[in-house]
Amino acid sequence: MTKKHTNEMLKEVDLISMYRLMILTREFEMRVAQIYSQKGLPELPHLCVGQEAIGVGSCYGLRKNDFVLPSLRGRSVFITKGVPIPVLMAGVYGKATGPSKGKWTAHHMGDLENGILAGSLVIGSQFPIAVGAALAFKIKKTDQVCLCYFGDGASNRGDFHEGLNIAAIFKLPVIFICENNLYAIDTPVEKAMLIKDIALRAQGYGIPGVTIDGNDVFEVYNSVQEAVKRARGGEGPSLIECKTYRLRPHCERHQESRSEEELESWWNRCPIKKFRAYLLDRKLLDDQKEHKIGVEVKEEVKRAEKLAEESPYPKAEEMFEDVYAHGVIKEGRLCVR
Amino acid sequence: MREITFREAIREAIMEEMENDISVFLMGENIAHRGGVYEVLKGLLSKFGEERIIDMPISESGFVGAAVGAALLGTRPVVDLMFDDFLPLAMDHIVNHAAKMRYMYGGMAKVPVVIRVFFGAGTSLGCSHSQSLEAFVVHCPGLKVAMPSTPADAKGLLKAAIRDDDPVIFFEHRLLYALKGDVPEEEYIIPVGQADIKREGMDVTVVATGMMVHKALAAAKELSTEGIEIEVLDPRSLLPLDYETIVNSIKKTSRLLIVHEACKTGGFGGEIAAIAAKEAFGYLDAPIERIGAPDVPVPFSPVLEDYYIPKKEDIITTVRRMLS
Repeated sequence: MTKKHTNEMLKEVDLISMYRLMILTREFEMRVAQIYSQKGLPELPHLCVGQEAIGVGSCYGLRKNDFVLPSLRGRSVFITKGVPIPVLMAGVYGKATGPSKGKWTAHHMGDLENGILAGSLVIGSQFPIAVGAALAFKIKKTDQVCLCYFGDGASNRGDFHEGLNIAAIFKLPVIFICENNLYAIDTPVEKAMLIKDIALRAQGYGIPGVTIDGNDVFEVYNSVQEAVKRARGGEGPSLIECKTYRLRPHCERHQESRSEEELESWWNRCPIKKFRAYLLDRKLLDDQKEHKIGVEVKEEVKRAEKLAEESPYPKAEEMFEDVYAHGVIKEGRLCVR
Repeated sequence: MREITFREAIREAIMEEMENDISVFLMGENIAHRGGVYEVLKGLLSKFGEERIIDMPISESGFVGAAVGAALLGTRPVVDLMFDDFLPLAMDHIVNHAAKMRYMYGGMAKVPVVIRVFFGAGTSLGCSHSQSLEAFVVHCPGLKVAMPSTPADAKGLLKAAIRDDDPVIFFEHRLLYALKGDVPEEEYIIPVGQADIKREGMDVTVVATGMMVHKALAAAKELSTEGIEIEVLDPRSLLPLDYETIVNSIKKTSRLLIVHEACKTGGFGGEIAAIAAKEAFGYLDAPIERIGAPDVPVPFSPVLEDYYIPKKEDIITTVRRMLS
């Protein structure tokens, strides 16, 4: 990391907070992986290990009422946006205390109070929905923005085209953040498109597109802040392509198909490692501080795990609730009377 | 009471709701200046401006998805999707998102979006511009589905749909747009989920939807001259379905005929037949009958298309057979 990557807006306390958020995300994800392999979990974990800098760097400077629509690896987004760790963990367990009371998988959770739009399991469908949120901001004349996250694979969906074009022509306050981790499950990105940088696609919609190092939290923060400023000012959407790499398999049930050499080379470029080196170099972090953060996040995740274990599952009959705003399900059928 | 057309009734409903509620806005292709394919929305632009009547590019999945996002953030989009044959283009956002969002948020979100489509055969537009695809969406929990057959019902139901906090797919038969009917001038609402008996009778319950309501009413007139009185029941909403009213009617007449323009296989009529067979089995004096299109694409040439569409005569013949 060079000096130009730092931001004058970020004070020492911010840097440590961001670092802590990344460590916390990593701890959460690795613990979920462990629990999944040891005891099994309702959620099939799709972890963001290796991609933590994107969620933390992009969400850190947002306002509470700004919205995000994460990709399927959104845990660093949820955590930075302020979802309490116990709620996240309860969600992973499918407990009644989770974000949807057990109705929906936690890695696509929605939380309107914290500005999080629920994703679906349909990769690439998030574009139009995020665009619609931005359209609502424009109609209501607020200066909120919406960040829309997606992987390299999702950028091949038709909804990418339709969503970005609609956002562009109406100059909507939405920022498209590509987490290009080089694979759509096992398919390498070069087998799914002929261009090297997905940011090039922005040209096709007449909007700015940049490619950055997604493992550099400052690059992410700065690029997103610039795009957010543009969006708030009514100048429309931007596309930011973050080159990154997931350091876990596609999901925790998936057999790894990538080579050990490749994985190792990316472990060396791990965003946390990179950030840590920067902080140590600047004397913003020392052994004592680092140890303290490590202990704290471990404790936090452990507490959340214990709480989740002890929390009740939803009652089976709760299945019938929350389907309709007006109307109840009686004997399995929608009734309005 | 004054008479207005089905088209004008829809327009009035939208206009009144836009006046009542600033968060209601329209989106669709070619709607702002033209007012849509059948000019249902004509004249609204000068009243509400381009900020609330938004012309979209040809991106059905894109703008239906955007409507879902906008609805989640406190607006009430009314989407003009043109042909119901375009539902498949937007089906991901309708089925996987609009219908499921409330559940995904554990009840903490609402999706007050209305998707208007016109449907049905009879204008030689061919098989991807003439279908009746209501069964596609009725099969999806989380949605509501309305299909009015008269101007008064269209207005009252659409106003209810726009005020509803759940997503509503609103089916308008294209041949009904010019139909005139009595519509009250004062404010009124027809709740989603209430059937209406369009003509009372003791001999056979005929449950019909859309254009078929009018064919059933025409058949009723003719049958009446033979001394046969059919009860024409229009569910008006398919989801939720007012099965109480349907079952009560069958208990009165002891015979059930279901008529819809959609093809019979997998059609909505099967659901009504199943309910009747369960809830009114002891009352039935004849097998339940269904009239619907055959399992072929809607043909183009007028001769073929005319042969395809269920007719008044089919209803008359079937009713006679059920009573013989």
